[in-house]
Amino acid sequence: MNRTPFWRRYARLWKPDVRADVDDELRFHLAAKVDQLIAQGMDPEGARREAERQFGELAMVQEVGERLGRDRERSKQRKDYWGGLMQDLRYALRTLSRDRAFTIITVVILALGIAANTAVFSVVNTVLLRPLPFPDSQRLVWMESGRSLNATLRDAAGLSGLTYTVAAYEEFQRHNRSFQQVTGFNPFYGNGEFTLTGRGEPQAVLGVMVAENFFQTLGVQPMLGRLFTHEECQKNGRGAAVLSYAFWQRQYAGDPNIVGQAILLSKKPVVVVGVLPASFDFGSVFAPGMRMDLFVPAVMDELRYWGNTLAIVGRLKPGATVSQAQAESDILFPQFKAAHPDWFEDYASTLTGLKEFVTGKLRRSLIVLWCAVGVILLIVGVNLSNLLLARAAARGKEFAMRMALGAGRGRLIRQLLTESLVLSSGGAILGLGLAYAITMYMAHQGSIALPLLSSVRVDGAALGWTILIAVATAVLFGFVPALRASTGNLQDALKDAGPGMSAGRKHERMRAALVISEVALACVLLVGAGLLLRSFLKVLDVDLGFQPSHAAVIKIDYDDGNDKNSRIRRAQILREMLRNVEAIPGVEAAGETDMLPLGRNRSWGFQAKGHTYPKEVATVALVRIVTPGYLNAMGMHLLEGRDFNWQDVEGRENVVIINQAAARRFFPGEDPVGRLALVNGDTRVIGLLSDVREHSLEFSASPEMYLPAAQTDPEGAELVIRTKLPPEALASAVMKTLRSLNPSQPAAEFRPLQQIVDHSVSPRRFFVMLVASFALLGLILASLGIYGVISYSVTRQTQEIGIRMALGATAFQVQRGVIARALRLALAGVTLGTIGSFVTARWIASLLFGTRPTDPATFGGIVVLLCAVALLAGYLPARRASRIDPMNALRTN
Amino acid sequence: MDKAQLELVRGTLDVLILKALAWGRLHGYAITNLILRQSDDALLVEEGTLYPALWRLENKGLVESEWGLSENNRKAKFYWLTSEGRKHLRQETKTWEAYAAAVGKVLSATRPPQVEEA
Repeated sequence: MNRTPFWRRYARLWKPDVRADVDDELRFHLAAKVDQLIAQGMDPEGARREAERQFGELAMVQEVGERLGRDRERSKQRKDYWGGLMQDLRYALRTLSRDRAFTIITVVILALGIAANTAVFSVVNTVLLRPLPFPDSQRLVWMESGRSLNATLRDAAGLSGLTYTVAAYEEFQRHNRSFQQVTGFNPFYGNGEFTLTGRGEPQAVLGVMVAENFFQTLGVQPMLGRLFTHEECQKNGRGAAVLSYAFWQRQYAGDPNIVGQAILLSKKPVVVVGVLPASFDFGSVFAPGMRMDLFVPAVMDELRYWGNTLAIVGRLKPGATVSQAQAESDILFPQFKAAHPDWFEDYASTLTGLKEFVTGKLRRSLIVLWCAVGVILLIVGVNLSNLLLARAAARGKEFAMRMALGAGRGRLIRQLLTESLVLSSGGAILGLGLAYAITMYMAHQGSIALPLLSSVRVDGAALGWTILIAVATAVLFGFVPALRASTGNLQDALKDAGPGMSAGRKHERMRAALVISEVALACVLLVGAGLLLRSFLKVLDVDLGFQPSHAAVIKIDYDDGNDKNSRIRRAQILREMLRNVEAIPGVEAAGETDMLPLGRNRSWGFQAKGHTYPKEVATVALVRIVTPGYLNAMGMHLLEGRDFNWQDVEGRENVVIINQAAARRFFPGEDPVGRLALVNGDTRVIGLLSDVREHSLEFSASPEMYLPAAQTDPEGAELVIRTKLPPEALASAVMKTLRSLNPSQPAAEFRPLQQIVDHSVSPRRFFVMLVASFALLGLILASLGIYGVISYSVTRQTQEIGIRMALGATAFQVQRGVIARALRLALAGVTLGTIGSFVTARWIASLLFGTRPTDPATFGGIVVLLCAVALLAGYLPARRASRIDPMNALRTN
Repeated sequence: MDKAQLELVRGTLDVLILKALAWGRLHGYAITNLILRQSDDALLVEEGTLYPALWRLENKGLVESEWGLSENNRKAKFYWLTSEGRKHLRQETKTWEAYAAAVGKVLSATRPPQVEEA
């Protein structure tokens, strides 16, 4: 065989052509045969015919050849592709491990961005996207009464304005056609506060009264035992309780034998009939931030006389919609009201999907959070682009060499994309670990009053999301640098030892543009975070109407006998208790209430005697039943009149203290103190209190009335102690005193009053912390970007700076030049960012509190902050530039 | 020719081709010639069967090919053995020899086999 010229080896230069290959091969065979026959003495024409005859069915062979050839081509392409990929991968890993600092920085930055995104996605997915953890949960509907009340009235009525009487509940249950099942529970959780005694120390446990069909309606099956029987839900029925999984684990160490045993709840024997599965977390759905221990039947014949006591949840019939149910309730409730003239309210109801009810208020906050991490990812991506560009500039020669050796542009781009994919995969793996830790941490923050937070975890969907964003980041932000790197001028790059001048400049412009966009994005994030942070501070600054510092609260228990003498007995018990507690050294004041502010509430009717009010004024106010000394212990301001004393007991004149909001509403333009009001009968107003934040820090005060515990029946008992000492220091002394008075006093936690305030602001704190940490991350990344670009340009201009210094430029002038460049970048970014921030701020306006979206302090502060950071990021390279030795710089190229 | 014979022939053909290529790089026409000459003109490999067999061997990865120039400067496709092909050839040769010996023994037998006593 002859030596083959190399071009003949590539007969199919562009792409394989199987048909031509087979054709050529067979043609050669014929020609060789003809040659041989001629050599044997045959005439050319005869030889050709003989050869063709011998060859036989040429067409068939041709066809077989083409089929086999195509098979071969296919498997070869497959092999080439994988082979190429493996080669790219090996090469990427090799070059990246050589450039360790670059790899570590890039992977860490990517990991932070991806972790933030995965964690927030997990939250968004759990709270917004995923259905509630009940079967067919989209058919569950939440009902809320009080639609005919206007907003201020509804505030005034509190939870009482949103709930139903047993009669309304039963009427609706009986007559509706839209629901498969309608159930209810008592959302006045104070009714379910029990003291568990019998084993070990007495324990305070929180129970919820639920209707007989509550769990069936939600679709919750007990994990052990059974649910309530009909008899257990009747008056004087056998006491029964179903335990939550967490309580069963905590209190009974998961002992299955507890089912069927009797436990003592506030001295009443109650049989544990079942244990609920771990997947059912009542608190996370209906009462975020609260932990429910057990469930007891709501005995309707007892609740019947308590007024508005039930929250209603229904399960729609298959095919029925919320709007149909809404329309039906709009017809039914007026009919009920007409049939029952004795009802106080019309119970006009608003029906929403349960999911919407639970998470609807969070939607905007979560979407803002999601956008914030999206911006973080953008910044991370831009940073990646920037780093890759810098690296590409440094590797210009390598690429030129590879291209000169025959690597195609596509091949080079593929190689570079493989590198960015390897980087982002590293980032994704590290980021997943981080996100896992973050979500674990969040899920165990039981004190954050956000629904469903306890079930947040990195699941399959979050994993998919991570992979998606990792790949998208790598491709999107890796593509431009790859494109840039592969278009270098071959000769320039090879000729010039240093980075090519023109290519370098182009790179630098590109990188400057990237840094400007990075700064702009960071600016938007920072302004958003700044506005939210300022709102948060404003919220904390609100005048609560009481002093949360230096006070602590403990849930107490006492036995007033629960009969007609109980008010007298209660007054004696509480007076004795407070006298003893106040005698403890360090205690400055003590008082007792049934409900604390910022927590549960209920409302009763209230009006000034002799007044008639326009129809739209709700004649209700929130009720607190307190002892003398409570107002003082809470640090509330009595503006006028007097506090209660121990002479305000049953049989004496009924007295009430009201707040300013109540005075404004019920005694407009008058001095209420000394006047008579109607609260279950004539009641003398003896004091006027400054307003107390009731629902939350962010809503203004509602009308409130305070009644003495010796004249009214409270619902729960909280002891408030004002002390300069840390609460823990007092805990044992207080507990000893309480136990000496009542041996069954449960071992309750001694909580600082501040904690109640913190709990109330916890959702806002949660969002502010997250957004602020994202903004900080954005700031760091943007400053890294500025530093990188300036530092690179100093390196590139070493020679130029050297010349200028040799010509007499001072170190200061050189520094000024470099810093000015950094500032120019920052200012360009800040300008763009400020424009973006104005738009963003308007969009998040509804999340702000006491802060205008254009708050000049925030905007100004952020601009100054960014410029300061840019200054710092520019200063380090500037100092380096000013230390360039002109002689050295000129000598080296 | 019935089907059993065809199978047999093709099985043999593969080994013959591999053996031919064991001598070096050859194009299809040279393979036919080599087999013809080495079998003293007894085995004529028809072109209609040679090429499909060659291509199948290539798809199996037993031979590889490349375009080149023939003795009289024509463009021709040359084939050679891969290491896998070499291994296959050794194996098939052994199998063939054992088979041929066994068939030979049976065909050259002069007496019926002795019946074993129970």
